[in-house]
Amino acid sequence: MSTRTFGEPIKRNEDRRLLTGQALFVDDIELPGMLHAAFLRSQVAHARILKIDVTRALQRPGVVAAYVAGDLGDYWQPGPILVPPPPIEGIVFHERTQIPLAKEKVRHVGEPLVIVIAESRYIAEDALDDIEVELEQLPAVVDLEKGLTAGSALVHEDVGSNVSAHVRQTKGNYAAAAARADHIIKRRFWYEHGISSPIETRGVVAQWDGRANQMTIWDTTQAPVFVRNGLAGMLGLNERQVRVIAPFVGGGFGPKIMMFYPEEVLLPWVSMKLNRPVKWIEDRLEHFFATTHERGQVHDAEIALSSDGHILGIKDVFLHDGGAYDPYGLTVPINSQCTLLGPYVVPNYDSTFTQVFTNLPTVTPYRGAGRQHGVFVMERLLDFAAHELNIDPAEIRRRNLIPPDAFPYNNEIIYQDFEVLEYDSGNYEPVLDMALDAIGYQTFRDEQAKARTEGRHLGIGVACYVEGTGIGPYEGAKVQVQSNGKVSVATGIGTQGQGHFTVFAQIAADQLGVKVGDVDVVTGDTDQFYWGAGTFASRGAVVAGNAVNEAAKVVRKKALKQASDLFECSEDDLVIDDGKVSIVGIPEKFVKLGDLANLANPMRGAVEPGTEPGLESTQYFGPKMGATANGVHAIIIEMDPQTFDLKILKYVVVHDCGTVINPMILAGQIHGGVAQGIGNAFYEKLVFDDQGQLLNASLADYLLPSALEVPRMELGHTVTKSPLNPLGIKGAGEAGAIPGGPLFAQAIEDALGLKGRVELLEIPLSPSRLFELTRNTKR
Amino acid sequence: MKPAPFKYICATSLEHALSLKAQHGDEAKFLAGGQSLIPTMNFRLARPAVLIDINEIAGLAGIHITAGPTRVGPLTRYRALQRDAAFAGSFPLIAEALPHIAHPQIRNRGTIGGNLSHADPASELPAIALALGARFRLQAAKQERWVEASNFFVGALTTDLKPDEMLVEIELPPAKPRTGTSFMEIARRRGDFAIAGVAAMVTIGDRQECTEVRLTFCGVGETPVNASSAARSLIGYVATEAALRDISASVQTMIDPGGSVQATADYQRHIAGVLAERALQTAYQRARNGH
Amino acid sequence: MDIDFHDITLSVNGQKYQRRVESRLLLSDFLRHDLALAGTHVGCEHGVCGACTILLDGEPVRSCLLLAAQANSHEISTIEGLAGKDGAYHPLQQAMHDHHGLQCGYCTPGILMTMTAFLVENPSPSEGEVREALSGNLCRCTGYQNIVDAVMSAATRMRG
Repeated sequence: MSTRTFGEPIKRNEDRRLLTGQALFVDDIELPGMLHAAFLRSQVAHARILKIDVTRALQRPGVVAAYVAGDLGDYWQPGPILVPPPPIEGIVFHERTQIPLAKEKVRHVGEPLVIVIAESRYIAEDALDDIEVELEQLPAVVDLEKGLTAGSALVHEDVGSNVSAHVRQTKGNYAAAAARADHIIKRRFWYEHGISSPIETRGVVAQWDGRANQMTIWDTTQAPVFVRNGLAGMLGLNERQVRVIAPFVGGGFGPKIMMFYPEEVLLPWVSMKLNRPVKWIEDRLEHFFATTHERGQVHDAEIALSSDGHILGIKDVFLHDGGAYDPYGLTVPINSQCTLLGPYVVPNYDSTFTQVFTNLPTVTPYRGAGRQHGVFVMERLLDFAAHELNIDPAEIRRRNLIPPDAFPYNNEIIYQDFEVLEYDSGNYEPVLDMALDAIGYQTFRDEQAKARTEGRHLGIGVACYVEGTGIGPYEGAKVQVQSNGKVSVATGIGTQGQGHFTVFAQIAADQLGVKVGDVDVVTGDTDQFYWGAGTFASRGAVVAGNAVNEAAKVVRKKALKQASDLFECSEDDLVIDDGKVSIVGIPEKFVKLGDLANLANPMRGAVEPGTEPGLESTQYFGPKMGATANGVHAIIIEMDPQTFDLKILKYVVVHDCGTVINPMILAGQIHGGVAQGIGNAFYEKLVFDDQGQLLNASLADYLLPSALEVPRMELGHTVTKSPLNPLGIKGAGEAGAIPGGPLFAQAIEDALGLKGRVELLEIPLSPSRLFELTRNTKR
Repeated sequence: MKPAPFKYICATSLEHALSLKAQHGDEAKFLAGGQSLIPTMNFRLARPAVLIDINEIAGLAGIHITAGPTRVGPLTRYRALQRDAAFAGSFPLIAEALPHIAHPQIRNRGTIGGNLSHADPASELPAIALALGARFRLQAAKQERWVEASNFFVGALTTDLKPDEMLVEIELPPAKPRTGTSFMEIARRRGDFAIAGVAAMVTIGDRQECTEVRLTFCGVGETPVNASSAARSLIGYVATEAALRDISASVQTMIDPGGSVQATADYQRHIAGVLAERALQTAYQRARNGH
Repeated sequence: MDIDFHDITLSVNGQKYQRRVESRLLLSDFLRHDLALAGTHVGCEHGVCGACTILLDGEPVRSCLLLAAQANSHEISTIEGLAGKDGAYHPLQQAMHDHHGLQCGYCTPGILMTMTAFLVENPSPSEGEVREALSGNLCRCTGYQNIVDAVMSAATRMRG
């Protein structure tokens, strides 16, 4: 019997350590002589630095050092641009990246001014009060439109404006489409996504060993290889002298791949300077300022339609709040721009955005990475079109879906991976049908009417989206059979809970005929695997998974070749299963994989030229472009028309991410994404005042959904394989989080009977906001 | 977010605790449940020089139900109040509010005395104490006094406690017959600070007419708000939907909420009106049904 | 001011410890760094996320809101003491594994301590009661559904 685990809900290899409190997270690292860092951070959003005096701090017992920007000398430099501007004609991009410690100016609340090193974090925090800082406060750039007016304060004076980037992408000819349209609908939308707020904040431990000449860094990063390369360069070390380890990481969701955070740059430098290990753990308060955000966009969008609801074209002009720096280039707004097109045929498209510098923390991708904003605009335009044209909202979507024979479907504009936005495969209508069926769309109106007679206000929402996943550049994996017969898999990406220890093990286990539990996976350690990009953009399973598969295939072939030489038979006569290679039909004629591994590394005899020792292989996989997953969410809610409180009665997700490796892990990803989508739509809002102060910087006031706010979810899926990789998989990590906004807006309008009277054009919503938006309308 | 340094003293008796407080005055704070105090200390918003831990003092916790008033010790944890069936039966208003207070882990530590002394404007128990007509015994090293709930809550996070006093006893008047109560709250998530909360008590006579109505709010002012006068019109009458709507409107003009990051002041005002109507309706029904 | 130290004796997972602690040392930091019991995690230090939940004399409490000094003469239970000495899972640990109730695992110890105590108090809960009991523990990865399933399943198994 062969071991087929691919597609099975295999339980996770990594659970035991996590369930028993034995898993290593960055704050668990304890090293002899370890010091602790705390940062003095700016309390104002925009100011000139007049004076920083650390004298008194240095006098405090237990304080070892305190550094400002000037102390770093040549080491002080702006971080590298992570994602340069894409090759789009006419693009304007002003690169201004983050710096390790503020010099001359602070540009957002929380920007670090001083790093204090002490015997304990408690003492380091005490020392922050000892530091004298004089700042000359400047007006803060917070509002996007005001930030672009002449006379606005400038976040980066040398840019001459607050324009971080300006991009226009077009497909076809929107003006011509609009001219012949039967209907044009124009609206202004506001969409704010929030912060990732994983339960584990960020942290860095740096240990310079002056005698071994080695730097070891434990970091909650999603991209240990890039961090290693960058820090080695900055520190003047050889890459092989630097080891970056991302151990267990308590949730990433995007902002933990941002690099180089000031703390990542400073801790190793301090460790080298003091010749002692140093630890910095971000506390929750810091996380609101020191880790990157996603935030808002303002869209002026219009859709041109025929009278039967077909989209003739869309024009969109939007402003994107990029924050004080733009190290991540244009990834987020380009995702908005591209994902707006959705699963629909949009023959003409004219999309322009301006990324604006603001005196707020930097914006980089957070689960969904800008797709939410685009999907909100499209789905809302379709809802208003449906109302105006008197077409059912699900029906108008159905009419515009890309038909299944149109793939690969070329949308012509450039996507975040710098390739032309082409959807590899898809079959969208069955996904919509399954979702409508699961939510009970046909019978809902009757249900709704009946509930109304009982004084209950129910509403329904349906939203469609695509998710570009699995982008390059590449990942690699090394698969090795060990002499004890167990298999080791090493890859360069990191893991923050996605089940890589299991999913990659399943892939290798299936190729090599071993038990999933006998495959040991190492991720996130640059000493174990040298090359890679990182865990982001829903690419781990697709890219690294395929790399594991390629490497495992080569190992399988090597094992079969070895065994065929050993048994002097053809490889076709052999079967691999249960950790052994045996001759078909003669199970007692077998050799264990572990023994083959030993044979491949002899103590005597020559290794033949052109071969390598060991039963192992390292392979890389780089897809030529990203694979497009898609889905439909549907929701039924109940609203209290007086308090505007909301209860979710039913939540359905139907999703297509191609071949599924582990349906249990996939479901978990969807559940988690939906919870974040619910948070985004109705609970999580960053409240800044007009001077760039965050007014709700605590988990008591920034509201993450709990088990009482997230309902039971019903999941369905279809499988449309991706032709872009041998396993046919597409990514799924962000899907759950993407359409929550328009879903809630649609359902709330329906529950409260707002259609034609009040339009919900913004996210997040809340009971108080709904009260304000509806109070002037008569019922 | 580590607290600033302080001196910690674990008080061994009430006398010990009070003499320490007399000695240090405003520089010292009592540590009871710590569920409100320690977060503010971790944020370094509160930096008491001395922390007097009263958790190990015997005799400060307990519920004593009598034929007359019920006496509750200040160190009584929320969870103890929840688990005491007799208490819940005598004071359904409190029992109904307790699940809204934070979460189970907080309720395992937080105390009624600590909550009342902390006087958070959004806190439920001060509003309920006001509705019930509770009295508090405040003790200093050398003297004690009784204060009505209506005089105890002076401002946001401010009570009538003198720097050397501790709240040592909470006295709740006996439940009146033919009285129904209702506590309702609107918060963003269960356990969050109330955007507005209402405590309603309705006592009825033989003809189902209201003979006494108490209506108090939390979360809509610097202190709990006594809006009972808004319900004056009910006295002597059966509670009708129309009457309750009028009271709801009246309540909205009486209060002056400050708004917050979670809600505008107008929304708070609106909610207070909605809750008033609903809670009075429920309390009245419960009085009629022999709650 | 001079550093204020206290000698404390406490029991953690049945083992007695004697230590000298600074007055302001949080119990969460004491467990993690002084006793090297790093299974209890810190998520917020203001009592909201629940990751640091441990049992104090059998009751779930936030260890970030307790001083180490307050644990003197008390019994603490942490995640490290949940499984049997031979490594055998508590039924809830097994159920969490079976139902994929954890992803990154960071909030998991706090949830296990909260919900094992909850099941002692309420051996036959409804889904609504489980969600209420869980509402003081934030998870950013799982969306809670599988955790709820795990608790319901463990409850059934523990009832025999």
